[in-house]
Amino acid sequence: MIRVVLPAHLKTLAQVNGEVELEVHGPITQASVLDALEVRYPVLRGTIRDHVTHGRRPLVRFFACSEDWSHEPPDTPLPEAVATGQEPLLILGAIAGG
Amino acid sequence: MSGVRVLVGTRKGGFVLTADGKRKRWEVSGPHFAGWEIYHMKGSPADPDRLYASQTSAWFGQVIQRSLDGGKTWEPPGGPLGKSPEGFPKGESNKFVYDTSPETGKPLTTHQWYDGTQHPWEFKRVWHIEPSLSDPDTLYAGVEDAALFQSVDGGKTWQELAGLRGHGTGPQWAPGAGGMCLHTVLLDPGNPKRMFIAISSAGAFRTDDAGKTWKPINRGLHSQYIPDPTAEVGHCVHRIALHPSRPNVLFMQKHWDVLRSDDGGDNWREVSGNLPTDFGFVIDVHAHEPETIYVVPIKSDSEHYPLDGKLRVFRSRTGGNEWEPLTKGLPQRDCYVNVLRDAMAVDALDPCGAYFGTTGGQVYGSADGGDSWAPIVRDLPAVLSVEVQTLP
Repeated sequence: MIRVVLPAHLKTLAQVNGEVELEVHGPITQASVLDALEVRYPVLRGTIRDHVTHGRRPLVRFFACSEDWSHEPPDTPLPEAVATGQEPLLILGAIAGG
Repeated sequence: MSGVRVLVGTRKGGFVLTADGKRKRWEVSGPHFAGWEIYHMKGSPADPDRLYASQTSAWFGQVIQRSLDGGKTWEPPGGPLGKSPEGFPKGESNKFVYDTSPETGKPLTTHQWYDGTQHPWEFKRVWHIEPSLSDPDTLYAGVEDAALFQSVDGGKTWQELAGLRGHGTGPQWAPGAGGMCLHTVLLDPGNPKRMFIAISSAGAFRTDDAGKTWKPINRGLHSQYIPDPTAEVGHCVHRIALHPSRPNVLFMQKHWDVLRSDDGGDNWREVSGNLPTDFGFVIDVHAHEPETIYVVPIKSDSEHYPLDGKLRVFRSRTGGNEWEPLTKGLPQRDCYVNVLRDAMAVDALDPCGAYFGTTGGQVYGSADGGDSWAPIVRDLPAVLSVEVQTLP
C-alpha cells in the first residue's frame, strides 16, 4: 500500500484522520499516486493539482524520503521506500506565517 | 414567529447568526470550514434551507459547499450527498474551467494586465454565488478572473456563460488591486432572461437572453483614474443593487461616485449629493422603500477606512443626492475598519433590518431601518460578505 500524508485542511475536506493508504497499480509516481487519491476522494480533485493541466498548485509541495519532489516530472518513479510503503509521500502546503 | 438568518463569510471561516423577528438575541454558529476563506454564502430564495458557500484557499483552490438544513451541516455537492458506496466522501464540486469551445461564444485567451500587456485568463476563486429565484438547483457563480458560471444541478457541475467574456470588450478588462473579479450578480424578478453583473475593473453588464449575449451598461460613468474617463468599459464598479419591485432602477457604488439608473443600466447619473466622500464599496436598498438606499462612505481609494475614524452608514430616502448619517450605536471615534463590497444586506421584516460586516470582524445589525445599530458579534475574522435570509 502507498502511504500519503495530506495537509490538515485537505484531511478535513476529505474527512480522513492520519495517513491515507492507497492501492496503486503500475509504476509508483506522483501522477499515479495522485490519480488513485483523486479516484478515492473526488473532493480533492483540483485542490492539489489543476483540474485540466494536472500541474501542481503553486503553494503545494511534494516530499518523499526527506527530499523535495515538487519539481520532478509527474511520471518520475518515486523512491523505492515510498513504493513499498516504508515511507509516505508527504503533500504539504507552503508555510503561512510572517 | 418569523426570524432571520445572517450568513457571514470571513477570512477564516463561515458563520451563521440567527434570531427571531425581534432581532435582539442572536445565536452564533461556526466557524464552518475553519481556516478557509469564505468569500460568500447565500441561501436559495426558493428553498430557505438550501444554502451555498464559496470556500477558497490560495493553497488548495476552490470548493463549493452546500447545506440542505439551513447551515447545520454542509457537504460539497459533487454527486449524491453523503458517502459513496465505499464509505468515502464524494463531492467534487470545484471544477471551474473557462469555456474554450468555438460553439458557445468567442472564447478569449487574454485580458489586460496591470502593465497594459495581455495576460491569460486564470481561474482563482468564486467571489459571489447567486441562487436562482425559483429553482434551488440553479445558481450562478461570479469568479476571478472575471467570468460567470452557471450550475443547474445544485452546484455539482459548472458551465461558463461564455458570451460575457466573448462579447467583444474582454481584452480591455483589467484587474483592480483586489483582482479581476465578477462580484455582483443581480437577477431580475420580473424577467428571468434579464441579469446584471459587475466586474472590477471592467464595469457593469446586462443580458436580456438568459446569459447568451451581453452588453456593457456604463454610459454616464465618469472615472478619472482611467485614460478615457467615459470609456465603454474599464470602470471599477464596486457594487450594484436593485429593489425587486422595480428592477429597472439600479443603484451603484463605484470606486468613486454613487450613481443610479432608471432604465436598466442604459444610462447612469451621479447621486453622490452631500456625501462626505463618495468612495466606498457597499450599496443596498431598503426592503420596503425602493427609494431608500444605504452606503458606507470610505475615506478614499488609498485610505480604506471611514472618514475621521467615525463609522457611519449614510441613508438616502430620496434615491440619492440627499443623504443623512446614521451613527447611533456605531463607533464614532478611532474606527479604521473597512466594509467590503459584499458585506451589507437587508432583511424583509417590518421594520426592515439592515446588516453589515467589517474587516475588524464586527457584524452590526439594525432592526429599525438603520436608525440605530448594535453589534451582533464583535470579534470574528475579517468579514468578506454578509447575506440575510428572512425566515417564515
